[in-house]
Amino acid sequence: MQIGYYPGCALHGSSNDYEMSVRATLTALGVQLKELDDWICCGATAAHSINKKLSMALPARNLAIAERDGYSEMLAPCPMCSMELLKTIKELSDSPSLRREIAEVIELPIKGKTQVVNIIQVLQMVGVERIREAVKRPLSEFRPACYYGCLLTRPAKILKFDDPEQPDSMEEIVEALGAKPVQWNYKTECCGAGMTMANEDTVISLSHKILSNAEAHGANCVVVACPMCHVNLDMKQRDIERRQGARHRLMVYYISDLIGLALGLGEHELGIDRHFVSAPLAAVKE
Amino acid sequence: METTANLISEMAHTAVEDCYQCGKCTAGCPMADVMDLMPNQIVRLAQLGEEGRAVACGAIWLCVSCQTCTQRCPKSVDIAAVMDAMRQLSLERGTASESVKRTVAFQRAFLDNIRRNGRLNELELVGQYKTMAFLGDVSVPLLFKDALLAPKMMQRGKLHLIGEKVKDRAVVRRIFDRCMRQE
Amino acid sequence: MSRIGVFTCWCGENIARTVDIERLTEAIAQVPGVRVAVNYKYMCSDPGQASIRDKIVEEKLDGLVVAACSPHMHLKTFRRAAAAAGLNPYLVEMANVREHCSWVHKDKELATTKAIEIIRMAVEKVRRNHALQPIRVPMTKRALVIGGGVAGIQASLDIADAGYEVVLVERDPSIGGKMAGLSETFPTLDCSQCILTPRMVEVGQHPRIKLYTYSEVEGVEGFVGNFKVQIRKKARYVDMDKCTGCGDCWAVCPSKKNLSEFDCGMGYRKAIYIPFPQAVPARPVIDKEACLYLKNGKCGVCAKKCAPQAIKFDDQDEVITEEVGAVIIATGYRLYNITKDQDNSKLTGYGEYGYGMYKDVIDGLQFERLASASGPTSGAIKRPSDGAEPKKIVFISCVGSRDEQHGMTYCSKICCMYVAKHAMLYKHKVHDGEAHIFYMDIRAGGKNYEEFVRRAIEQDGAVYHRGRVSKITQENGKLVVRGADTLIGQPVTIEADMVVLASAMRPSEGATRLAQMLNVGVDEFGFLSESHPKLRPVETNAAGVFICGACHAPKDIPEAVAQASAAAGKVAIMFANEELTREPEIASVNELTCAACFTCVRACPYTAIEKAMVLDGRGNFIKNTARVNPGLCMGCGTCVAVCPSKSVDLEGFSEEQIYSQVESLAL
Repeated sequence: MQIGYYPGCALHGSSNDYEMSVRATLTALGVQLKELDDWICCGATAAHSINKKLSMALPARNLAIAERDGYSEMLAPCPMCSMELLKTIKELSDSPSLRREIAEVIELPIKGKTQVVNIIQVLQMVGVERIREAVKRPLSEFRPACYYGCLLTRPAKILKFDDPEQPDSMEEIVEALGAKPVQWNYKTECCGAGMTMANEDTVISLSHKILSNAEAHGANCVVVACPMCHVNLDMKQRDIERRQGARHRLMVYYISDLIGLALGLGEHELGIDRHFVSAPLAAVKE
Repeated sequence: METTANLISEMAHTAVEDCYQCGKCTAGCPMADVMDLMPNQIVRLAQLGEEGRAVACGAIWLCVSCQTCTQRCPKSVDIAAVMDAMRQLSLERGTASESVKRTVAFQRAFLDNIRRNGRLNELELVGQYKTMAFLGDVSVPLLFKDALLAPKMMQRGKLHLIGEKVKDRAVVRRIFDRCMRQE
Repeated sequence: MSRIGVFTCWCGENIARTVDIERLTEAIAQVPGVRVAVNYKYMCSDPGQASIRDKIVEEKLDGLVVAACSPHMHLKTFRRAAAAAGLNPYLVEMANVREHCSWVHKDKELATTKAIEIIRMAVEKVRRNHALQPIRVPMTKRALVIGGGVAGIQASLDIADAGYEVVLVERDPSIGGKMAGLSETFPTLDCSQCILTPRMVEVGQHPRIKLYTYSEVEGVEGFVGNFKVQIRKKARYVDMDKCTGCGDCWAVCPSKKNLSEFDCGMGYRKAIYIPFPQAVPARPVIDKEACLYLKNGKCGVCAKKCAPQAIKFDDQDEVITEEVGAVIIATGYRLYNITKDQDNSKLTGYGEYGYGMYKDVIDGLQFERLASASGPTSGAIKRPSDGAEPKKIVFISCVGSRDEQHGMTYCSKICCMYVAKHAMLYKHKVHDGEAHIFYMDIRAGGKNYEEFVRRAIEQDGAVYHRGRVSKITQENGKLVVRGADTLIGQPVTIEADMVVLASAMRPSEGATRLAQMLNVGVDEFGFLSESHPKLRPVETNAAGVFICGACHAPKDIPEAVAQASAAAGKVAIMFANEELTREPEIASVNELTCAACFTCVRACPYTAIEKAMVLDGRGNFIKNTARVNPGLCMGCGTCVAVCPSKSVDLEGFSEEQIYSQVESLAL
């Protein structure tokens, strides 16, 4: 299976462990990733906060490149990127005059017909059953809290992916790997997102609540599908522990990490040794 | 019968008139505890055409765009888009509150970085942001916060001294200029 | 030559101000066939009507046109006047020169000309009217009431007390409906069962009420006055003639862990059970899915214990037919299920409230069972999860109501009142408990309702927070409720022991299917449609079918009871006559020219046209034809419009009449 690939700035920047993980795992599952030629930043929070047209033009440029190069589908592993792309597709399809305007701004024709998918959707395209059959090392001691964050499921009208209040698409995959995901309350609560630099206190407080709730429900690790969530829960975990006087020591895995491990890939090639928190799976709390 | 079109409704592509002030947005907002104006109050100000107060508040820059409000609103009002509209307006009118200078500085630095490189250069961004913020409010602790993280990130290969650059950077600049110029 | 009388009314100043009555009268007198053209200030008054009657007799008029207000106002008045003078009332037409002319125009010259045209058209029409007799339809003076809740009970008792037989069909094993499960009712805090059960007993013992419980209506044929209803009596596995209701059977039944429907899942019942002690009839049924004997052939202890030998394991469903003349639908409501499990793709439930996930998040009806003295906890307020007494309860209004994104757009009307009631009941039982209510508005418009809500706040200390709740999570054994108080502009977080959701009222399951059986319309939410929202709230567009109670729209008990009596009154009006009288301005088929394509049969909204045969004097078949049932036809004219061979026409609105009216305009 071949699919267009839009890494986004995070996966080529400080979350390059996620890219390693995605590439290694999808290759092992027979999915070929074709990186978009000369892709640009989607604009993230800054663009939609500052200039509406720019917040559509930047994603549109990438969609136009995908169309030009003949990709019918495109994987964007960062939910912020996929959200901006899907929002733009919707706006452009609602208004042909806007589409013409944007086409002029980005200097490329655009129809907005490319299907943008997130990492979980690609795994569903591969097939949960196929993944289950490919498992070499069942993750039976893993009790992950599947953390979706904000932008994988909201707003449901645009993303049309999984239940925005009690999603279970990650749990389905994780169970196929032999792990036992826990039932917990903070699946879609915000971690503070891009406020890591600009308003760190909030990130610390929100992320602390997420980690605490995961533990309270018996999780011995957390699994995410978003690089920003990973930064806030992993890179910032020491800070959270210090400032909240707590002890979390929870490994934060990417969903692709878990699949890679179950398929027999090593921690190094999956980028897991680049994570900040390295903790043996905590004893299961009954 | 003609009714005056609502400025915020037009900017945000949503009908603020539909809001019946139930407060569910405020109830679910992860940042509400530290906001000076509540999300439902910001929509109310938009309804009354009094967005002047809203664009000067700190709340709109504390919003993390988590979309919880939009998702749960019983009247399908896109509050997250209203927040975007307020942010855009506050920059247009130059009314961003003092308390959120750093956040605004960060977002501006981010866009500037993209404009120059086509993709985010993290080290460059941090440097620029800290400098701007330091010059803005002379905060020495801010300058050195996160500094301890840098070596750890570099150790893990997560920090690149030289960031990625897009090949066709000129088109990126042109896209930016076209969009920002039309403000 | 016709002898038509045209009587023009001034209507005081209403018509005369804008229409030159004198010029008009002169012009009308010139119209061929008009024998009398006069005018008068108030035609509908006694002298006015007297002048009409006199002129009819004097001039031997054979047609009457009254140029005045809308026929909706006074057509009946003038028809009666004509009949009193010996003129067939269907040889009367009204020319509306008020609503259609003087009230909407300003130019006197033009308005007068228009008025003359309108009257001329009416003259052309009445010239071709036929003298008609009202249609008489024989009527079975028995009523069917579907649904045995408080509305169905009230309707049944009223009709039966008026002297007519009632067949009451109820789906559950006992009548009583939702009201039987309530603890106390607002605003009096009467014990719900105490006020209802006497009525239930009355129904059970009434000589003129035939009660079918554990039964459902399966099919309806026929038309007003002459319905044939198929009713399926579900197998009870208990012989109703032999059983004495002693309870020996359910005492020994080993199948215990079946969620009780009556207790809304808050308690258990046996496989052989009576839903509640005051059930009418007080006879058990066996749930065949829970019964060990019926499923696996094991057990059978109840049969052994039963002294009168009333257990019938070989019982079967039975379908019987009842003949009735009128039907009242009183099927009531259910609450919006706020889990993901929905019957409608547009509904999503409320995952953010954790209902179904958290045992201590319950809905309003479940709370009623907790508070009820005959409930699973004998009236003690206890958490479903651990049986502990909650010290802090949060009540959330408008769950699923007033929500166009995730629920229903409408307001469920009763929740503001019962939420206040729940807070009061809770505080009366747990004095040191805290009751917190999240609301958007407080709708307390009924008699003594406002005072009731204020009592909850001022005397019983319920705390009201103005704002919705966004999310409920469970942390450290508490339910963390995150809401808002928009009056002080702050989010409000409460750590509660229990949460009660006031979920939206929806029509009962199966109501739409039942409505379609009876040709009653439903709205987008499944509520049954009334004929006119203001003036005909208990009638439907299906003749002989009436509605009452919550199947029509969310409402409280006083309204349901009032509507039930209203519907019963309508039925009594029908039955007070020997036969049904219907307006004769209906369609009829020219059977000679009818091609039997049956397009009209398919088009008729009232299923009033039948496929029939034309036979000769000796009963031999000649041809097929469509035939209008005069008992059902409402005279809408749809068949006339669709007939390809122009074989159907409408009495009083024939094609010839309409064409002649149009032609008279062109002259």
